[in-house]
Amino acid sequence: MEHDHDHADHSELSEIERRVRALETVLTQKGYIDPAALDVLIDTYQTKIGPRNGARVVARAWVDRSYRDRLLRDATSAIAELGYTGRQGEHMIAVENTPGRHHVVVCTLCSCYPWPVLGLPPVWYKSAPYRSRVVRDPRGVLLEFGVRLPADTEIRVWDSTAEVRYLVIPERPAGTDGLDEEALSILVTRDSMIGTGLARSPAEL
Amino acid sequence: MPYTTHADLGGQPGFGPVVHEAEEGLFHAAWESRVLALTLAMGATGCWNIDMSRAARETLPDYLDLSYYEIWLSGLEELLVAKGLVTAEELAAGRARHPPKPVSRILTADQVVARLAQGSPTERAPTVPARYRPGQRVVTRATPVEHHTRLPAYLRGKTGSIERILGPHVFADSHAQGLGEDPQWLYTVVFEARELWGSEAAPGHRVSFDAWQPYLEPA
Repeated sequence: MEHDHDHADHSELSEIERRVRALETVLTQKGYIDPAALDVLIDTYQTKIGPRNGARVVARAWVDRSYRDRLLRDATSAIAELGYTGRQGEHMIAVENTPGRHHVVVCTLCSCYPWPVLGLPPVWYKSAPYRSRVVRDPRGVLLEFGVRLPADTEIRVWDSTAEVRYLVIPERPAGTDGLDEEALSILVTRDSMIGTGLARSPAEL
Repeated sequence: MPYTTHADLGGQPGFGPVVHEAEEGLFHAAWESRVLALTLAMGATGCWNIDMSRAARETLPDYLDLSYYEIWLSGLEELLVAKGLVTAEELAAGRARHPPKPVSRILTADQVVARLAQGSPTERAPTVPARYRPGQRVVTRATPVEHHTRLPAYLRGKTGSIERILGPHVFADSHAQGLGEDPQWLYTVVFEARELWGSEAAPGHRVSFDAWQPYLEPA
């Protein structure tokens, strides 16, 4: 009575859960996928590839001038020096925030995002409000993130419409001269590497 | 059939404030992570390319009503049926009723980490010189096209400057239509916000995007 068993097994599932399970079952039965590969994929993005990778890149750039120069010149290989490569980060460009210039990244067409350094994008990054508005009213959007820039700061919005992915190097916070790379990386938030936030100061921890 | 994208959102009014969330919330339900993994695993079979995936998602009629992973799920189902890999009836029944179609690769668990780390670079060796150089003024194509494109509507018919030459890259417009890689020179093109938004634009605001050469003409 396999059918009855299935029915009982699925009765607690929501409609979308049933749909996803049906899809996975069909693809597995057809032999198109290795179910064990799905678990490895999920585990990789849940535990190994995320914004802490990018934070280490930024912290290195803050303490090592020659690394920072390499990062700005050829971000793909400079990021690969720390072991972060691959899917959705094949062609990287790093842009540096300075007192007079602030960079913000978006993909107005979908959700392009530098996975090897930031992991999977957050919901707001993929959602209509951010995608529609940040190219038109970046200051207004940044205010919603709690970021108020000086009136004379230039704002560059990068719409990542092709296969190049952008990493923002936030400004190093004041009062961090004595901190080592590891301590600095804790100050680097995901949002600060998208440009919708600033790096935290040690007092904010 | 006319091609309609529902994903081209840059500059469109009416979507309200951004709803922020903390760094921790990667998935909001277990099914979302399965959809991510199913999409990546099926992408690895080589039955379609990433630009075809984007085309399948952006043309979903209910795109704006769906959550992100609902879009991925619907896009994946659509591609699977369109390519004859599964039938709608099999998806509804939740079991295979027909023999599988041969696929060129199956991503196994032991290959995942290496395949992700390798990625799919899109830069190709140049065969012709780049038409534009940094600093040159260009105008983007003004007319919409009847296929997937990476030229957003808000940047159509606008004048900007070449900032950086990014090399020849697989041309998404051709790739999405199954016309091969058709590599074309890619450039970062930067625009003054005033060119895009008129008098509402704040001073010191600029927007750039990455444009393939066929999107551009000399200004």
